[in-house]
Amino acid sequence: MSNTKITAWEKVEIARNPKRPTALDYIEQIFDEFIELHGDRAFKDDKAICCGLGKIGTQNFTIIAEQKGRSTKENIERNFGMPNPESYRKAIRFMKQAEKFKRPVITFVDTKGAYPGLGAEERGQGEAIAKSMFEMAKLKVPIIVVVIGEGSSGGALALGVGNKVFMLENAIYSILSPEGFSSILWKDSSRAKEAAEKMKLTAKDLYEFKVIDKIIKEPKVEEKEDFIKKVSKNIKKEITLCISEMNEKTSEEIVEERYQKFRNMGEYKIL
Amino acid sequence: MIVDKIKKREPSAKNKTSNIDIPVGKWIKCDKCKEIVYKDDVRENLSICPNCGHYFRMHINRRLKMILDEDTYKKFDINIDTNNPLEIEEYPKKLKALREKTGLQEAVACGTGKINGEEVVICVMDSGFMMGSMGVVVGEKITYAIEQAIALKLPLIIFCVSGGARMQEGIISLMQMAKTTAALTKLDEAGGLYISVLTDPTYGGVTASFASLGDIVLAEPGAMIGFAGQRVIEQTIGESLPEGFQTAEFLLEHGFIDKIVERKDLKETLYKLIQYHKGGSGNV
Repeated sequence: MSNTKITAWEKVEIARNPKRPTALDYIEQIFDEFIELHGDRAFKDDKAICCGLGKIGTQNFTIIAEQKGRSTKENIERNFGMPNPESYRKAIRFMKQAEKFKRPVITFVDTKGAYPGLGAEERGQGEAIAKSMFEMAKLKVPIIVVVIGEGSSGGALALGVGNKVFMLENAIYSILSPEGFSSILWKDSSRAKEAAEKMKLTAKDLYEFKVIDKIIKEPKVEEKEDFIKKVSKNIKKEITLCISEMNEKTSEEIVEERYQKFRNMGEYKIL
Repeated sequence: MIVDKIKKREPSAKNKTSNIDIPVGKWIKCDKCKEIVYKDDVRENLSICPNCGHYFRMHINRRLKMILDEDTYKKFDINIDTNNPLEIEEYPKKLKALREKTGLQEAVACGTGKINGEEVVICVMDSGFMMGSMGVVVGEKITYAIEQAIALKLPLIIFCVSGGARMQEGIISLMQMAKTTAALTKLDEAGGLYISVLTDPTYGGVTASFASLGDIVLAEPGAMIGFAGQRVIEQTIGESLPEGFQTAEFLLEHGFIDKIVERKDLKETLYKLIQYHKGGSGNV
């Protein structure tokens, strides 16, 4: 699909559309099976991130996904996909298990941001995000990140430190929501549309910045079921390809490649 | 990702001289007790209000002077500037004006120095430079300092003060959180000591990266520390926040910092902590 005419703001609206497929919609299609496992073993099972095991053929995976609700009821249960710290701590628990049992990790990013709540602050939202990135940065197994919808702020990046970062064509990935951005920069949250154009938050922008490694095409189909099937097929193809390449590498190489990727984030000029 | 309320900061070292003959410049209003206090009294009192004990924010130079032995600071030779990735027209102008006003190149200074004779790598952030926000320059300098701590086998100390990731550089700023964090995994594996000192205010992407990852995390009394800004939280939950929310004391109570240390005791505390980590396989 040629979507050069879609503006950044239109992409924001597409990425946020409540009818847009969520992580579990894709997971069910990509993997032969998925067993969800729960809890951070410390406080609770926060449902904004769901974790579990899955396989494609004989290859096992650990799956960690930010999950928005598919109905109002589910959205309330899942806190509209905005993780509390215990979600990140659950994710860390599954990352460590993946390393122990030598399974690659696939993460799905789709969040407005980490939840800005009283309890979240009491339980160390900042620390939880920092630790999640810390564990990812040194994990001895491959990590593939797929940004499927809204990737906003540290709450998204907390699951974003991968060997490869893929992004759906109409997903967005940014420092903050366009509303937040315009409110901070211009003291006016109503200029969100203008902010979206300025922020360079589309897959194309991020590919040019080398923040992501690959743009995954979205087909132009009306039926949601067809869309999910086609996009899942595209994601599955990239995952399979990437994993067969990475299976040739030692764990040291996997860690070092990921390290170098993030070490080189952001160009600057030397004075 | 930003601090809602920008409090008055201690005037920069540069302003001090330029204002010297203007009587009004000799006075400063304390943000807490609202008392008008004599600037020199504040300075002589470690930038603490002589009336109510409120901590003023410190300029990098004063902080370095307070923590390091005299004439031991050697700044790292890393002079870089942002490429202005979002092509925001006003941004380079703003940086230029701030550089002239504060005498600082960016929101962080990094180098080596001695604390009671113990050599350390030290980074100090400054709230007077775009609220200490982290763009590519801050991210790269902190990362470079972490790498130097590994290479030179020295303890790393970072004085944090920041509104978070810098909006003007968009996603590139966000990625500095991952960059600095990844570098800290290398220091950790090398067995190196990292002490993070949180000062008022530390928020957003800095809290959610290197600030929270110290082997030991210290904070100054009363410092405001958190991930989300208070206004955002209030809007989200629809109620006002309890008194003392997100203060250093609140974080201590909830188990996220090791110790609150008064400004006058910081140097000695850092020295003592370094002593406890000597003789290991790491950087002390």
